[in-house]
Amino acid sequence: MIGLLVSLLTGRTIDQGCGKEYGKLSKEYVENVAVCEMNSKDMEKLNIRDGDKVKVTTEFGSVTVTAKKSRRIRSPGIIFIPYGPWANLILTSDTHSTGMPLLKGVQAEVEPTDETVLSLEDLLTQCYGKEKSG
Amino acid sequence: MRDNRIEAVKRACALSAAKFENYSNHRNTSPLVREKGKLVKTSLQEAIERSAEILADSSYPVLYGWSSTSCEATKVGLELAEEIGGVIDNTSTICHGPSILAVQDVGLPGSTLGQIRHRADLVIYWASNPWSAHPRHMERYTALSEGRFQRSIWRRLLLAFHAESIRKRILRAASVAFKRRAPTSPLKETTAQPGTLPVEQRKTIVVDVRRTRSADVADYFLQVEPGKDYEVLQALRALVHEEELDIGEVGGVPAETLEEIADTMVDCRFGVLFFGVGLTMSRGKLRNVDAAIRLVRDLNMRTKFIIMPMRGHFNVTGADTVFTWQTGYPYAVDFSQGYPRYNPGETSVVDILQRGDSDAALVVASDPVSNFPRGATRNLVKNPLVVIDPHLSATALMADVVIPSAFVGIEAEGTTYRMDHVPLPLKKIVEPPEGCLPDEEILRRILQEVRRLRKPHASSLL
Repeated sequence: MIGLLVSLLTGRTIDQGCGKEYGKLSKEYVENVAVCEMNSKDMEKLNIRDGDKVKVTTEFGSVTVTAKKSRRIRSPGIIFIPYGPWANLILTSDTHSTGMPLLKGVQAEVEPTDETVLSLEDLLTQCYGKEKSG
Repeated sequence: MRDNRIEAVKRACALSAAKFENYSNHRNTSPLVREKGKLVKTSLQEAIERSAEILADSSYPVLYGWSSTSCEATKVGLELAEEIGGVIDNTSTICHGPSILAVQDVGLPGSTLGQIRHRADLVIYWASNPWSAHPRHMERYTALSEGRFQRSIWRRLLLAFHAESIRKRILRAASVAFKRRAPTSPLKETTAQPGTLPVEQRKTIVVDVRRTRSADVADYFLQVEPGKDYEVLQALRALVHEEELDIGEVGGVPAETLEEIADTMVDCRFGVLFFGVGLTMSRGKLRNVDAAIRLVRDLNMRTKFIIMPMRGHFNVTGADTVFTWQTGYPYAVDFSQGYPRYNPGETSVVDILQRGDSDAALVVASDPVSNFPRGATRNLVKNPLVVIDPHLSATALMADVVIPSAFVGIEAEGTTYRMDHVPLPLKKIVEPPEGCLPDEEILRRILQEVRRLRKPHASSLL
């Protein structure tokens, strides 16, 4: 299966905001933040349904999140992931000397996957844990 | 309120209600230190001593966060940064930092939200989604608020929704009658065209790259291609200057639509442009904001127009303000030379972490591990890390010392700033859990301890 090339946006959602207040280790936070909102046409192209897992890859890394059909993304070719540790795995720290990394409009590739979405604890151990213990 | 517990929250937005109702969940109330790779409980005194040691021993520490605490705590934080010669930065750096750079270049015509509520007859939300990020913004200050000179659009919205449901019902009835499949009703493009609205009514325009919930409430929604805000803003500037556009569309928006929007802007009596991080986080960054401010400046030649950034975090405006009156700069302040130095791109926290320059970090009331890109996070957690936060956040899980603090505005009093720079004193409504001090107090103790540790060193220099 060849992945779909898209433009990745990140941002705030009301669910992310509330999930954050429930606590970052809560189930709500993972459910609301480790998602990828997509246009239904893009989902058809990838042959996936609401709730399936997708792997989003950019030149900086890849992450597995849950696909979510969104009528708010009206044009195909755009995906949206709320701010959070999951989105950050695939974003760059380069700020072009402004102090601000590029968080919206990043080229990305989406493909279906069988991998599961990492919990926050697992994500931290897997991605940053080694440096800490070593 | 009952027995020092919050039972119910009234008149709050979804975010606020979630905060007040859940603040005590996932709460860590005892200080933690990392020993042999694991976080273990410790006493407050020991945690403070350990933090002070980490900070006093480091040569280029980063002090980051500040936007979710009180101005008083930020003030102590600045004192601490100066004492240890570190870099102090607040969350503006990954939020409206570029806006500040643009404001420093071209200025900012602003006002308070009260002015907007009473007088604004044209409200534009550009690349911001108040419905999700500032849920009460429209209701209290703009489209849905009842001002002295401007009516709320509630009535009009209700009528529009009512008309829409009747239309759907007729369509459904028609489709049953003709035994056809019910046509799927697409999202309405616009509830009304700008210009066709009665002049005395308040208008709302939302400009964004995706159709947000805020766009549903707006009179007009303008969808711009991602990363094309700069072009659209500059095209509008040209139109406001009565220049002709000789191309068909700009950034996915037809030229006629832009002309209409420009006319609406020029014809209003009091316009306001709220812009969100959609401008600062996409390509162009400060230049996008620069263009937006210049557009507003141009509009002021013809009518009254103001512009305001939609500041996000709790007290990020306060953090900027305190930074500015203490050091002269709003964020990314470097004390390593002994005096404040400011050069975003060099002294901003993401750049320092990306280069791997810092050797320790103090994070106050913020969660950079959740919010910084991977490269920066990796260097943040590699070095000794002290976290002062009421939440047990992702950053706290990776820290070497965790000191729980009291929530400002719930368990501690403090001053905070609203997005329009109006200071709001917050009250303490419940007692914090035993052992949880306010951020200000914890920082003061660390500062005291740092000074004590550095004293012999200072005297040896003399």
